Amino acid sequence: MNFDSELEKGNFIIAECIHCKKIVWPPSEFCNKCFREVSWRKGSHEGKIIEFSRQNDAYFCLVEIENSIRIMGKISKGIPITGQQVKIEKCGIKDDNYNFEISLM
Amino acid sequence: MSKVGIASYGITKFSKDDSKIESVLLQSTKKLFDNSPNLSRNDIDAVLVSTNNNSKYLSAVLSEMSGIEPKIAHSVESLCNSGTNAIVSAYSYIAAGLADVVLVCGAERYDSPGQILEWDNSRGEFKHPIFWASIFTKSYKREFSVTDEELAIVPVKNHKQSHNNPNALSEKTYSLDDVINSKKLTDDLRLHDCSRPCTGGASILLASENTCKKFTDTPIWITGIGQKTTSAGFTKNITFSSMESTQIAATSAFQMSKRNITDVDVAEVHDAFSVCEPIALESLGFTDKGKGIDMIKELHTTNNFKINPRGGLIGAGHPLGATGIAQTIEITQQLQSSANKRQVKNAKIGLVHNMSAAATSSTVLVLER
Repeated sequence: MNFDSELEKGNFIIAECIHCKKIVWPPSEFCNKCFREVSWRKGSHEGKIIEFSRQNDAYFCLVEIENSIRIMGKISKGIPITGQQVKIEKCGIKDDNYNFEISLM
Repeated sequence: MSKVGIASYGITKFSKDDSKIESVLLQSTKKLFDNSPNLSRNDIDAVLVSTNNNSKYLSAVLSEMSGIEPKIAHSVESLCNSGTNAIVSAYSYIAAGLADVVLVCGAERYDSPGQILEWDNSRGEFKHPIFWASIFTKSYKREFSVTDEELAIVPVKNHKQSHNNPNALSEKTYSLDDVINSKKLTDDLRLHDCSRPCTGGASILLASENTCKKFTDTPIWITGIGQKTTSAGFTKNITFSSMESTQIAATSAFQMSKRNITDVDVAEVHDAFSVCEPIALESLGFTDKGKGIDMIKELHTTNNFKINPRGGLIGAGHPLGATGIAQTIEITQQLQSSANKRQVKNAKIGLVHNMSAAATSSTVLVLER
């Protein structure tokens, strides 16, 4: 499995080190603590807003997932608040960049 | 360990010129030679080039174009703090005895590829620095109840100070209203809150204690060095209202120099965006958390140039690979009492703060006369 190829298909997967019992983020084939190979699993799509701002009419935010993964994405609709629960509505790769669409819960 | 000092420097005017990187490197090196009548090409043991430019083999190219045949020649890249990283490398070569005299030359073009860290995919489609700056600004404003109007004092102060810097990109001064009414990039960032990429070069000559005196009567000593890299990705920062790497680097630099923040008379801090100045002042220890803006207000009102006398990155412009070297040149001039209209009275101890990629990496230097 490979994070980028799965993301391209719209799947959000997580690299985990079974030995260290930790999520490896950013995604990598090796654990950054023990260098063992990671295993992959389907990631939770739910997280919370750490911080946000707005460009033109579009809010963007920094989201934390499973207490360790942080990504930036665009909020599809609504006005966010810090700490608010959100989920990844859609993800993929667009113009060579990871692309996350976040919806408020 | 023998002391390492700054023996000479040369700097170009920062501009939007479409010059070749090799030409920018050569211009600041020529200025350094013009400032150093006792310097011969044979004195130089190492040539280090600091840049994010994609051209290759630039230290060998600069050496050839300058008629230097150094023992050691290579580039140093670390995004926005490439400049001080190159200075630290030069220091280390001299301290280790591998070189006696090192030429450090930083240069960048206005279209530098170093502005975007492509690797950092955790930023999604928000890779431009204005997005991390917006997150920092929002976070800082909320945590410490600071307003956009208060943050706007930073560019007003720094453009006022760069007005006295003949090499600065900015030749204008701005009012608070000018900053507030400048183009809104995001809810938390306006155009005048941003330092601007530009074309510029800055060179510095480092030498061992005894050799320094051959080139200058007023060497400036590097007495403290602190560096810390906490991550590469912006989203790994623990907080977005302080700079962890800066705080750790400052502690190391003060430990090495046996000085503390209250000894510092003048400082160049890395104000890539307005919010970076108060956060840097707090993380360096100049003031308590959330009080950076109060310190900036006080300095601005009393026309005290202690912080960012050359105008910082916002006033002087930000040619990435040259920035850390330009900051160090400013503090050198301040400690040599040769900063003209920007001179901070009786400055004996100075500090340089240079950082990269949303403060994921910081360098702090302590300089003394």
